[in-house]
Amino acid sequence: MNQPPTGWTDQRVENIVAALLRAGVTFAGAVVALGGVVFLIRHGRALPEYSRFGGEPPALCTVSGVIRGVTTFRGRNIIQLGLLILIATPVARVAFSAVAFAFERDRMYVGITLIVLTVLLFGLAGGHL
Amino acid sequence: MNIIELTLLIWLGSMLAGFVGALTGLGGGIVITPLLTIVFGIDIRYAMGAALISVIGTSSGAAAAYVKEGFTNIRIGMFLELATTVGAVVGASAASRLPGSTISIIFGIVLLFSAYASTRSTHSGGQTNGPDHLAGLLKLDSTYPTAQGIQRYHVRGVPLGFSLMFVAGTLSGLLGIGSGALKVIAMDQAMRIPFKVSTTTSNFMIGVTAAASAGVYLQRGYIDPGLTMPVMLGVLMGSLIGARVLPTTRTASLRVVFGIVVVVLAFEMIFHGITGRL
Repeated sequence: MNQPPTGWTDQRVENIVAALLRAGVTFAGAVVALGGVVFLIRHGRALPEYSRFGGEPPALCTVSGVIRGVTTFRGRNIIQLGLLILIATPVARVAFSAVAFAFERDRMYVGITLIVLTVLLFGLAGGHL
Repeated sequence: MNIIELTLLIWLGSMLAGFVGALTGLGGGIVITPLLTIVFGIDIRYAMGAALISVIGTSSGAAAAYVKEGFTNIRIGMFLELATTVGAVVGASAASRLPGSTISIIFGIVLLFSAYASTRSTHSGGQTNGPDHLAGLLKLDSTYPTAQGIQRYHVRGVPLGFSLMFVAGTLSGLLGIGSGALKVIAMDQAMRIPFKVSTTTSNFMIGVTAAASAGVYLQRGYIDPGLTMPVMLGVLMGSLIGARVLPTTRTASLRVVFGIVVVVLAFEMIFHGITGRL
């Protein structure tokens, strides 16, 4: 196997990845829980409307809309931000792999990883086919 | 029932699903959508959105524990992600064009398949094969730790595995599931990858695949924060507790019980789809 010339052994990369994932999931969970508390305090006594699909308002459907709502401390937007952080953890892992493959001078896998990353970003942009 | 009460019930149900899912290896995500639609009467699109998010949570949460064990083959995972992510975007786009009843029927069939697949999941690919040209070209062959020390393995059946992964990705996007069962079958059976490597690499891929669909779901308004919050937190906590008690638990009878629950839910989903009650 092609050994990386620097200290970027597969094992070291994997350890960083593990820490990255744990931090991402923990942080996302904390943000979702915080938003959940705000949401339940404000709207907990209302009646749920999940049985009929009406879609979500634009403020909860786009990255920019979610962030705008968070600045006004709306519970639903804070939850949505936490969910976006969670969605970002595997994306960050793929991006990190691209860097790791680059350090290993593995051009083929840098290419493959960048294609995967492009598809992921296309999906996050709405994936309109 | 107001939002607080419903949130609490959904949280408890999701925690149980995540717990049992981790213990049986079936994953909790697959029963979330039937639970939300059949038991709580929630629209299948909101249910799929919440389930898909919880799949990302369990995948990343479990991967943090898996990667240190040295089983995950990141090259196999990344190469096959080419197929699953494109499939996921295609599936998620198709989901928004199909009626809920059709999705419900497909969901039921996939549930039945998953229950069947879980009954024969202890297969480990016969590792007496020589190197395969395409796998060599893609640098997929690697090593993994076993009780007898570091063992080499060769990958084969790349075109078939890649095609199955596209199907797995499409189903993931179409139904809001992780498609873990099909991913493991593609790697373990078609590509002859050792079982441990297949399951951990599949877990890595599940999160990436689901992230590809999640953006589409978000923009189409499938992800309701009030509903997804208890599902995501519940499944995550349940699966973490499950993973912790797994080494000290006998799971044989639990697998049978959970398998029966999955089959019942599968027929319910198909029945609801046909009668148009979703």
